Amino acid sequence: MHIVACVKQTPKSDQVKVDPVTGCLLRSGAASAMNPFDEYALEEAVILKEQLGGKVSVITMGPPQAEAVLRDSVARGADEAFQLGDMAFAGSDTWSTSYALAKGIEKIDAEQKVDIVICGKQTNDSDTGHIGPQISAWLKWPNAAFVKRIICATENFVRVERLTEDGSEILEMPYPCVISVVKDINQPRVRSVKGRLAAKRVQITKWTADDIGADKSKLGVKNCPTNVVKSFVPKREVCSVTVSGVTAQERGAKLVALLKENNCL
Amino acid sequence: MDYAINELEQEVLNTSRELVQKKIKPLRAEMDAKEQFSTQMLEEYRKSGMFGLWLAEEYGGLGGGITCLAMAFEELSRGCAGLALTPGTSALGAIPMYLAATKEQRARWCPDLASGKKLWAFALTEPEAGSDATALKTTAIKDGDYYVVNGTKHFISTGKEADFYTVAVNTNPSRGARGISLLVIEKGTPGFSFGKKEEKMGIRSNPTYELIFENVRVPKENLLGSEGRGLLYVQETLDYSRPGVAAQAVGIAQGALDVTIPYLRTRKQFGQPIITFQALGHKVAELAAKTEAGRALVYNLTHRMDEEFLPAVKEAVANGTVIHEELKKRKGMRWTKYSAEAKLFCSNVAMEVADECVTLCGGVAYMRDFPLEKYMRDAKITQIYEGTVHIQKNEIITALIKEYASKEGEE
Amino acid sequence: MNNFKNVWIFAQVQRGRLSPTALELLTAGRKLADSLKEKLCAVLVGYHVEPFVKDLVEHGADVIYVCDAPLLENYVDDVYARVLADLVAQYKPNKFLLPATNLGRSLSAKTAVFVGTGLTADATEVTIHEPDGQLYATRPTFGGNLMATITCKRTRPEMCSLRPMSYEKALAKPGRTGEVIHFAFDAKRHVSAARFIEFIKSGAEGIDLAEAEIIVAGGRGVGKPEGFVLLQKLADRLGGAVAASRAAVDNGWIDYRYQIGLTGRTVKPKLYIACGISGQIQHMAGMSGSDVIVAINKDPQAPIMKAANFAVEGDLYEVIPAMLEELK
Repeated sequence: MHIVACVKQTPKSDQVKVDPVTGCLLRSGAASAMNPFDEYALEEAVILKEQLGGKVSVITMGPPQAEAVLRDSVARGADEAFQLGDMAFAGSDTWSTSYALAKGIEKIDAEQKVDIVICGKQTNDSDTGHIGPQISAWLKWPNAAFVKRIICATENFVRVERLTEDGSEILEMPYPCVISVVKDINQPRVRSVKGRLAAKRVQITKWTADDIGADKSKLGVKNCPTNVVKSFVPKREVCSVTVSGVTAQERGAKLVALLKENNCL
Repeated sequence: MDYAINELEQEVLNTSRELVQKKIKPLRAEMDAKEQFSTQMLEEYRKSGMFGLWLAEEYGGLGGGITCLAMAFEELSRGCAGLALTPGTSALGAIPMYLAATKEQRARWCPDLASGKKLWAFALTEPEAGSDATALKTTAIKDGDYYVVNGTKHFISTGKEADFYTVAVNTNPSRGARGISLLVIEKGTPGFSFGKKEEKMGIRSNPTYELIFENVRVPKENLLGSEGRGLLYVQETLDYSRPGVAAQAVGIAQGALDVTIPYLRTRKQFGQPIITFQALGHKVAELAAKTEAGRALVYNLTHRMDEEFLPAVKEAVANGTVIHEELKKRKGMRWTKYSAEAKLFCSNVAMEVADECVTLCGGVAYMRDFPLEKYMRDAKITQIYEGTVHIQKNEIITALIKEYASKEGEE
Repeated sequence: MNNFKNVWIFAQVQRGRLSPTALELLTAGRKLADSLKEKLCAVLVGYHVEPFVKDLVEHGADVIYVCDAPLLENYVDDVYARVLADLVAQYKPNKFLLPATNLGRSLSAKTAVFVGTGLTADATEVTIHEPDGQLYATRPTFGGNLMATITCKRTRPEMCSLRPMSYEKALAKPGRTGEVIHFAFDAKRHVSAARFIEFIKSGAEGIDLAEAEIIVAGGRGVGKPEGFVLLQKLADRLGGAVAASRAAVDNGWIDYRYQIGLTGRTVKPKLYIACGISGQIQHMAGMSGSDVIVAINKDPQAPIMKAANFAVEGDLYEVIPAMLEELK
């Protein structure tokens, strides 16, 4: 079983600050880490490897410093790491990013057949959830998103449970296929001692757009279909009443009275 | 201060710390209250490689030594001394095996030990033989290719959860202390059962059981080393494991400080954070200094031990010899006194620090919602197991008398 | 690009039920269509979906594209995305809005690649940029810390998934008429290697969060799984539902299904009672549309206290029992 996990280096979510005047992200000093949703994707890949044998390859697209997220992936149990790095990729939207990743996966697949690609549900910096389904679209592989459980993975197919608003649905897919997972699916393990040591030594394969045979007219800020025209900090203003009372009990009772007064109950 | 001198030791510290933050802290209060062994933590320890730190790479270990073991135990105990015992006691149970085993025995037991698939435990104490190990009543009488074991062990840590028990037995009761041998007895062997589960003051997530042996037939291949040398292996084991308990004590002390200092910084009385009251600040400074002294004591010792232990293991694995014999060849130091000193000092520091921290934080620390009273309960065990503080003093003074006796007439 | 005309919305049907998001999309789509002076069209894909044609027309759709086939009874990404891609190729819409439901997020993403056009995810507002008729889709990023307006200049249709509850549901005008265009399902083209096995209804008791008028939500301050029993009591008394913040879910006190916020669900109840929730922007993104927000928190400085209409300082374990007492 050859599993490819897609990961992204993103700012640690609690450290993102926005300039209130310009609306620009203040990236200086903001620590980067693996997109938290990708931790679940990688963990699921490692679990599958443990159950069925095989290996986990991990792929990312990003600037040179994104190498750190690949090393972190090895610490968490990945075996091989691939980095797509090229100025041509810079500023890509999800359509272009998924195209590049799909081309990268295609190349990995040509060297050693890929069975499953696993993505996190979304990233914490752009929150789209597009990448998994879009990679599958480029590769013309079946996919399932919002997967909360892999029910079973056999030699020939994988059966998954995906989350819907009203319950869940069971799907079965042959290999190769793409799944995007929600955090219900597992509890990521702690990086092992062995993994941490391996992470320092792993050779990372670095590919440019040409290496993966990508069509550059589909890549980068100039060619991708969508662009950001404006960004701003959302404003929130509310009329707020502090409920008075000496003890917490008094305030609780007062709250009920206030809600009744205002026809909220 | 971190005492790691190489990459492996540093990663052992990092891994243990991540385990505490992500896995142990959310679990410790619940497991303590329920007095329940955590199979979830067992799984986490397996995945992160905590069982094989000190074992040779040939067996799936990481090739570390006594230092790695102590560092892991310190950092895990800083989160929860009870949950830390899962890998801790497995190492304790397996050290005598590792030291005395033939290469065949090592090949048989070490891979599952290193992966954590099988847990080990150490069974020495009996109702009438604690500090005095020579009073052991459990017998193992040879019967063809088997030993027939009868007797009772009690206060056995990780009891019932462990798969293999290194049991001190008397194979020749007429010879007293010189009749003591070590047998590896597997859970599930007919006649081997578990008695009472103890209800304890601290380290409550680690189950303490009574082991009962009734005509248990143990194959002679499970004898460690040779008959009658059990106490020697036990002493050697304690020399290596007591620094571990000392490290655990340092971890408990540090963990108590980790809770206390932030609280004292934020708690305000008389209009100021109470840590700025000099009486309290100075107390904290003293406790921190003692904790750091304990840590220095532990790792200076274990690093010296590893200088001998690691090459001995390498040699034994390469040549198929017994580790104990390789250690003997090196004619190194007897560690007994130093191990005892480390354990004596650090366990007293742990108890003092935990106790004082509860006092410093006041009423809130007496409540179970606040994660401090548990440190005080847990600290106590470090003064007791693997030899009480008084036994450590016996070890120290015995060694000192011998040392000075041999110096007589030198001047 | 001038060949691309009309505003489309995807009317999601699952398990024989028209998703309320269809009516929200009709509201959003109507504004776009009017400003472009183009038609508003709904796409209805599924099996036995004909009954919803009338609904959609009465709620504002001028044209309905219907693709009805037994193989469309359940949602399989490839099959639906192929149908949508073929529909787009044949009828060339100008704008295409889908719901940012679980189904819609995945379907829109896959369709955008099949069609070869840009997609904006999870927008909360869509407008037409008058000078050039472009779709301006505004969406939260970085956990709601930043709003970004996104355009798709060169390709059509401009696709966008719209966060549920960002727009009011369209009102019905009984008797309104529209055109119905049937689109043939092609079993050879509209296929997937994936196979739908079954649907499992949520085992969760009580009221669906999306429909609850009152929500009692708990966060880090709840401190333990048992705390949600108390919250449930209050919810039961008020006829509402229980929800949670990410902190409570991450601690394992309650299932992810109940999570409100950017990475959970979006709700818009009449009354939202946040108990022990600090009010991180990510959480606010999922509930700030509530009519009335109440915050119960030990920390008077918590951000939620400023965002709430009624702020109660105090331990939820003291305040809620007092509320229950008062409600008796």
